[in-house]
Amino acid sequence: MINKFVPTIAEAMAGIPDGATVLAAGFGPGTPATLMQGLAEQSARNLTLVMNAGGRDDGPIAELLSTGHVRKLICSFVRADSVAGRQFANGKLEIEIVPQGTLAERIRAAGAGIQAFYTPTGADTILADNRETRTINGRLCLLEYPIHGDIALIDAWQADRFGNLTHRDSARNFNPIMAMAAKTTIVQTAHVVELGAIQPEHVHTAGVFVQRVLHVPV
Amino acid sequence: MADFQPLDRDGIAARIARDIPEGWFVNLGIGIPTKVSDFVQDREVIFHAENGVIGIGPAPDPENINPYLVNAGVQHITLITGAALVHHADSFAIARGGHLDLCVLGAFEVSENGDIANWARSPDEPIKQVGGAMDLAVGAQRLWVAMEHTTKGGGSRIRTACSYPLTAKGVVKRVYTDLAVLEVTPGGFAVLDMIPGMTRDALQARTEATLIWP
Repeated sequence: MINKFVPTIAEAMAGIPDGATVLAAGFGPGTPATLMQGLAEQSARNLTLVMNAGGRDDGPIAELLSTGHVRKLICSFVRADSVAGRQFANGKLEIEIVPQGTLAERIRAAGAGIQAFYTPTGADTILADNRETRTINGRLCLLEYPIHGDIALIDAWQADRFGNLTHRDSARNFNPIMAMAAKTTIVQTAHVVELGAIQPEHVHTAGVFVQRVLHVPV
Repeated sequence: MADFQPLDRDGIAARIARDIPEGWFVNLGIGIPTKVSDFVQDREVIFHAENGVIGIGPAPDPENINPYLVNAGVQHITLITGAALVHHADSFAIARGGHLDLCVLGAFEVSENGDIANWARSPDEPIKQVGGAMDLAVGAQRLWVAMEHTTKGGGSRIRTACSYPLTAKGVVKRVYTDLAVLEVTPGGFAVLDMIPGMTRDALQARTEATLIWP
């Protein structure tokens, strides 16, 4: 019988190696806070964290960064006055800034097996300095590579034992694409449902992309 | 001496709203642009947010907040009847793929060839705050900018060339300021509208780029 549910946070987070690249979803709602706390509490070091933004002074991102276990942050936005901003200023955190749409597409490309793509986003800005550009159909474009995750941390509203997921309202955001892009996708779900309770045409993230699911009631 | 009263931020937003026809899909940036939706309630205009919302409704009553529903500024929102929700890559496909009729962004500076600078005040700024502006700027069918005509110190934000790091080149179609509405044309900034009491000389005196009078 296929059953992707795990009973404890320790089993959900098991086996994350030093140096792993961790994709963490969320844009306000949709942030897998329990799993990020679990990541902060387990032993892997030297992590690369991929998230939309670098957070503030409190909350799951700040707590994770405060452990010192994250070496590099890939995101679209960092506040100078935040844990991430101060760690960067002190030379304790490497930051790679990626335009938000390019970040989403690089993650999607990883999940979809696309080896690289050209986009006009950022091509005529300082983000393109010393990088490969090319004019396509008269438009200057910038070469971008996929972002593969070793681990993805995902938030869901409902999950069944096959790992089929729904995401509530705008909590969907990065969750479906990050689930596609990692070798091991770990989900926290607010609700556990029977197989078939989610209509097939209403599945937002298909179980094929999911390895482990932890029930975290809201 | 020209005798005029510059538009306030709501006034700029209301002036932009006058030019948005029914049926457009529109993305509004943070700041003055966000206010534009308050002034199009008499038309069906669909507002998009980068985090996958298509069909933003009015702000919620404080007692009726849905914690799972936010806009690109992570402010709580409502949905209109007929709204749709997509994931982040599809949401930026909407932006980058030319599916938005209009994007309205704030800016530090706009140049006469349509360059926009709205994310950093210096190339040496160590912390970068790009967000989704670069994707929106290159992708929308029309990019309009909403901003004050001058800096607090009186310097012109309407320039021959931008002095701040660019968000994108050659993409701005119109600029709505507290003093005027300017169209970016092959010959430079053409003045479409001025606030009451403004004169050509007074507007040019506050503008670094050379203005065209159609």
